[in-house]
Amino acid sequence: MSIEVKHISKSFKDVNALKDISFSVKEGELFGIIGPDGAGKTTLFRILTTLLIADSGSASVSNFDVVNNYKDIRKSVGYMPGKFSLYQDLTVAENLEFFATIFGTTIEENYELIKDIYVQIEPFKNRKAGDLSGGMKQKLALSCALIHKPEVLFLDEPTTGVDPVSRKEFWEMLKRLQQKGITILVSTPYMDEAALCDRIALIQDGEILEIESPEAIVLKYPKKIYDVGASEMYLLIESLKEYTHSYSVYPFGEFVHYSDKRESFDPKELQDFLESKGLKEITIAATKATIEDTFMELAK
Amino acid sequence: MLPLIFVLPLIQLIVLSNAATFEVKNIAFSYVDNDKTPYSRGLIEKFEASTFFNVLTSFPSQEIANSAMLRGEVDVILEIPLHFERDLSKEKKTELLVIINAIDGAAAGVENVYINQIIQGFNKNAQASLIKPSDLKYPYKSITSIPSFWFNETLNYKTFMVPGILVLLVTMITLFLSGMNIVREKEIGTLEQMNVTPIKKHQFIIGKLFPFWVLGMGLLTIGLIIGKAIFNVPMLGSIGVMYFYTSIYILVILGMGLFISNFTDTQQQAMFIAWFFVVIFILMSGLFTPIESMPKWAQIITEFNPIKYFVEVMRMVMLKGSSLADIAPLLIKTLIYALIINGLAIWSYKKTS
Repeated sequence: MSIEVKHISKSFKDVNALKDISFSVKEGELFGIIGPDGAGKTTLFRILTTLLIADSGSASVSNFDVVNNYKDIRKSVGYMPGKFSLYQDLTVAENLEFFATIFGTTIEENYELIKDIYVQIEPFKNRKAGDLSGGMKQKLALSCALIHKPEVLFLDEPTTGVDPVSRKEFWEMLKRLQQKGITILVSTPYMDEAALCDRIALIQDGEILEIESPEAIVLKYPKKIYDVGASEMYLLIESLKEYTHSYSVYPFGEFVHYSDKRESFDPKELQDFLESKGLKEITIAATKATIEDTFMELAK
Repeated sequence: MLPLIFVLPLIQLIVLSNAATFEVKNIAFSYVDNDKTPYSRGLIEKFEASTFFNVLTSFPSQEIANSAMLRGEVDVILEIPLHFERDLSKEKKTELLVIINAIDGAAAGVENVYINQIIQGFNKNAQASLIKPSDLKYPYKSITSIPSFWFNETLNYKTFMVPGILVLLVTMITLFLSGMNIVREKEIGTLEQMNVTPIKKHQFIIGKLFPFWVLGMGLLTIGLIIGKAIFNVPMLGSIGVMYFYTSIYILVILGMGLFISNFTDTQQQAMFIAWFFVVIFILMSGLFTPIESMPKWAQIITEFNPIKYFVEVMRMVMLKGSSLADIAPLLIKTLIYALIINGLAIWSYKKTS
């Protein structure tokens, strides 16, 4: 096992950030921690990267205990905090050189690993890190986290505040790194990114709700889901909530995800109800549950 | 930033060394001459001749003079009574009224000494001319003391202040910069990134503080050059001794900076605490007020003031030519201080939160 977490708890003053968390990540796995802000994702990362000591429970990374063998962990993991934390007044090349030196290696030695990423920022290698765009900063931070060829990579909300194109590119890079045998633990508040992981843990208020592959997790949704569309979104949501048989109503893009309490649901009946409310252009079509639906269901 | 670090303190050195003097000059002097005789005019001429006094006005009456004092126009009023000359020649004694504005107590004290010196001088001349041979049964006797000021014969304040102000600047710059340095890394998050690397505690600390040690030595060098070139401060002792002492002294200050860093989370807090110490250290360093005149408890506190030692060493070496053996007791105290404060600072620095 690359990462093993057993019954970890941590609290700050009166907040229980993590409550009895357990999970394990296999070698070479891309594992996602999915949860809203304040769920305890960063606390978990800080414990695993030896920056914080848990109140109870144990954890190991690459078979090194996070408390007793913290020095070995620091040598063999790469960590990219959620907040950009490289030296803003050093240039791109200087930052990379600096982190390579600290880990006792050189850029040349592991250039192969970061090549794909670094070539994209190489044209700006003499620019100060603080002057880079958000996506560029992420790429540089990832390069610096990889420069010592880590066995495990910790990425804490790497795509928060990054544009959709850069986000997509970033996940493609992660997939390539995974193929090179690096175990990756990534946290994100975005449900669409969750589908790109091998397995995901849904976390809320310091507790793990479910650990499954993205494909399996959507099967956990207990009801059939329908895309309901109409001319007036707000009235549609209000009307669906009023409907006596409604089980859950969540806006999802241009549609509303609706599920019914009853096993035998007749779309025609709902259509009549909505028409009576004065809605036009009503569409009702069955759809598959998404991770977001599952999360909302589990988080209830 | 680097030019600022050097230029600002040097401006301070040049400006402060000229401004921080205990001499009181340009005293606004006024008088009320009720006698109007050659003697009273002779006394006033003495004041006019002095470089310390600006003889401004003669007031016709005490009331007008007092109201001028109230308005802050004059610092000193000398009132010469009626029959000043007659009493002096006949009765061999008379009285003068001197009123001094004591809003600034230190200046008032100095002014009082100047005035007394002038009146004493006048008195001596007057006695000499007034004593008639028939009075010789009371021969005129007087003891005069002539002070000799060692190590600063002319009591030149610049000679005295430049080493002290140089010490302050080296201390302030290194303390502020080192105090805020690691806190800054906390603020921008780089410390967290550094903490997950295998870098060792002592490597990180030395890496962070060594540049400030070099900076402090650089400041000392430029300060000494300016002291010599602009103020022509005597440098009797060995430059090597000064550098050797400073190299250890800066370690104390850097240790303090690191210590402050460890217990603060923002640069604002660090700045606030650094200021707290700097103000206490400066005012209790013996630079502006002699330590001997402080109350006993304050004197004990000054024992823990590194600036006090630095000021003392710089003055000893520059003005007196003290050797390494002469400053050895201070050097050893500073060295112990450096070991303790750095030990504490490194002990309290943690890579995990």
